[in-house]
Amino acid sequence: MNFIEARKLVHEYFRRDEEGNVEGILTALDGVDLQVKPGEFVAVLGHNGSGKSTLAKHLNVLLRASEGTLWIDGKDAMDEEYLWDIRRSAGMVFQNPDNQLIASVVEEDVAFGPENIGVPTDEIWKRVEKSLSSVGMLKYRAHSPNKLSGGQKQRVAIAGVMAMEPKCIVLDEPTAMLDPNGRREVLEAVETLNREKGVTVIFITHYMEEVIRADRVYVMDHGKVVMQGTPRQVFSQAEALKSYRLDVPQITLLAYELRKAGLDVPEGILTREELVESLCRLY
Amino acid sequence: MIRDITIGQYYPSDSIIHRLDPRVKLMGTLVYVLSLFIFRGVPGFLAVTAGLVFFIRCSKVPFGYMVKGLKAIAVILVITAAFNLFLTPGEPLVSFWKFKITQQGLKSAGFMVVRLAYLVLGSSVLTLATTPNQLTDGMEKSLRPLNKIGIPVHEVSMIMSIALRFIPILVEETDKIMKAQLARGADFESGNLIKRAKSMVPLLVPLFISAFRRANDLAMAMEARCYNGGAGRTKMKPLKYARRDGAAYLLIAGYFAAVLSLRIWL
Amino acid sequence: MSIILDKVNYIYSQGTAYESHALRDVNLQIGDGEFIGVIGHTGSGKSTLIQHLNGLLKATSGGIYYNGRDIYEEDYNRKELRSKVGLVFQYPEHQLFESTIFEDVCFGPKNLGLSKKEAELRAFAALRSIGLPEEYWYQSPFELSGGQKRRVAIAGVLAMKPEVLILDEPTAGLDPKGRDEILQQAAAMHQESNMTVLLVSHSMEDVAEYVGRIIVMNQGSVMMDGAPKEVFGHYQELEEVGLAAPQVAYLMHELKQHGLPIDTGATTLEEAQASILQVFSGRGRNQQQGTKQEML
Repeated sequence: MNFIEARKLVHEYFRRDEEGNVEGILTALDGVDLQVKPGEFVAVLGHNGSGKSTLAKHLNVLLRASEGTLWIDGKDAMDEEYLWDIRRSAGMVFQNPDNQLIASVVEEDVAFGPENIGVPTDEIWKRVEKSLSSVGMLKYRAHSPNKLSGGQKQRVAIAGVMAMEPKCIVLDEPTAMLDPNGRREVLEAVETLNREKGVTVIFITHYMEEVIRADRVYVMDHGKVVMQGTPRQVFSQAEALKSYRLDVPQITLLAYELRKAGLDVPEGILTREELVESLCRLY
Repeated sequence: MIRDITIGQYYPSDSIIHRLDPRVKLMGTLVYVLSLFIFRGVPGFLAVTAGLVFFIRCSKVPFGYMVKGLKAIAVILVITAAFNLFLTPGEPLVSFWKFKITQQGLKSAGFMVVRLAYLVLGSSVLTLATTPNQLTDGMEKSLRPLNKIGIPVHEVSMIMSIALRFIPILVEETDKIMKAQLARGADFESGNLIKRAKSMVPLLVPLFISAFRRANDLAMAMEARCYNGGAGRTKMKPLKYARRDGAAYLLIAGYFAAVLSLRIWL
Repeated sequence: MSIILDKVNYIYSQGTAYESHALRDVNLQIGDGEFIGVIGHTGSGKSTLIQHLNGLLKATSGGIYYNGRDIYEEDYNRKELRSKVGLVFQYPEHQLFESTIFEDVCFGPKNLGLSKKEAELRAFAALRSIGLPEEYWYQSPFELSGGQKRRVAIAGVLAMKPEVLILDEPTAGLDPKGRDEILQQAAAMHQESNMTVLLVSHSMEDVAEYVGRIIVMNQGSVMMDGAPKEVFGHYQELEEVGLAAPQVAYLMHELKQHGLPIDTGATTLEEAQASILQVFSGRGRNQQQGTKQEML
């Protein structure tokens, strides 16, 4: 069974004038189908305003669809009854590292989720320790979040979600506001959780380099899923990606251009090692 | 400039005061503030001074650091002193032009300044030696009876702890926006009062917008982490009284009795 | 037009427990019409550095000279300096505050004491130069998309007609298309009006693509200063301080290690493509030579 099963998801934002009459309708999601298997690492790519953040908020039931069906962990997301169950099993990490940490001490922030769902005190301490060490932040447990770097703050936010022991984490552009080192830290932390703890990951981003190791990639544009497949399949279509205001990683683009210039390098090269290997073989 | 304000900022240490239950510290502060308003005469003054020195020493916060907090209220202190000094009727000691300083004025100015300064120092022992979270936990628990009369104690304390978390962030943000507008030729310093007030618009509008955006983001993040009000919540660090807390309560009671008796019998 | 920094030091919160030495003996000369990339990891002093160039921060010691004049002189007009050296902060869209885009862009020129007419003329020119369609100009800036907002904020600085434009991570948080649009605009401004542009960036690929000179900051000092090829040639030293060269630069070195007779100097995609193709087009000749030698 799929962990996430979305069919023909539609989300409309109504723009209202001062009297409350509908002025216009913005279709943020326009018939999105999404299937995610347990333990998968799925990346969602899309330019700003493509609808990817709206999609993310549906997966945590922060928003509800206007049309379509959404099942998460076997539960109907449209049903009010399962709201808290779904939020526990699919945790969410947001873009701005400052605006999602609640407490003034790292460990107390990580405890916030477990406290909300009524975990007993002893168990909270165990979970806090476990989740902080799973993102490599245990030694900062007594620090103030204000003194941490962006990447560290995001790792604390991830630990805060992990402490609720979810089966899945949805990360909505967790790296958009970070520097390259912070981006690497966060991506590595998420990949480790996925690999070692089997946590299902939905990783939303517009940094192409970050999705190379994903199991599958969805590309969104104007509220629709316009491409999907393995990173190799998606990145072999450089022109199509450009038309969606996206890009391909520099190495992939170089391979693509070399291929266009007549060199026999394979399609959809993703890493430097692959390109070096295929060029050496040609030589 | 804004960064220099030490009121409300936690000063990490492992002193006995830091380790006390926040409820004790809240009660202690309350009692101390009360004692400042009932003490009378020099013996009373000595008692509250001794109390303050004792608390500060116990908290292990450097005295110089605490006094810096007074800078923020220096203006208020001076104005209070001036009012009391010049406007208290009585026997003039010195008089010049329309002003006269009376003995009573001198005395009441002195006591007012002491009261205010001690009030700030005393309550900053509380905030310097208690993390914002402990403080709000303590308030939540101490004020819980108010829940019965419809006061949302949990919500209020949650709001306080979030406010404390975001103060440094907003201070930094103010600094950033200020610099950005300065880079566009803005002038926050010259001109009369009206012009200066107007010049704050380019600073305040972006600051409010950002605060609202943050509030919105935070509300969503809290919801995503299953926050659903105070009902059914557990605590990572529940408040539990230790033996030292009982001793501290006794000490506070003793102090209060001493100040009170000094007032009554002397 | 030039900026000279002479032994500039800056110490934050001097005399307190939080004291930190943000700039150490920085000597720089920034010439007319240069396009410079400033790189360095977070906390390397690059933000502190650029805030010195327009006088927002005052050096603890050392001197800064703009067009030959000491900006710390008593009677130097530092307000004018801020208009000559336009500084666009990170996430500049957060500084928008007026009710219309047009009024917001007028804010800078008005502060310079220009007449309403002159201020508006400059706002027109600035908005046109960032390519925002006229139908948006009298709308609220808060209804624009993230990339558009950012361009409006940049226009707000351009309207002061700066001679030097400093962009602090202008592409942070933008999608690839938005990123390209901003960088291309900066490059166009540099070319068309010969404006000196300083680009602070974390993306080595972007820096390599656009700039003619790179300043590498590390722990408050200038660690390297030179053409992209020179700087990225020292990729190992860059890595030691938490930076990196563009991906293609690594690729060139790896190909060389694998025995390809390739020029390792490429730092942009175009250069890499050219040198790889050159190796492969030359290969036919090499093989022929090889066979000839065998025959001999």
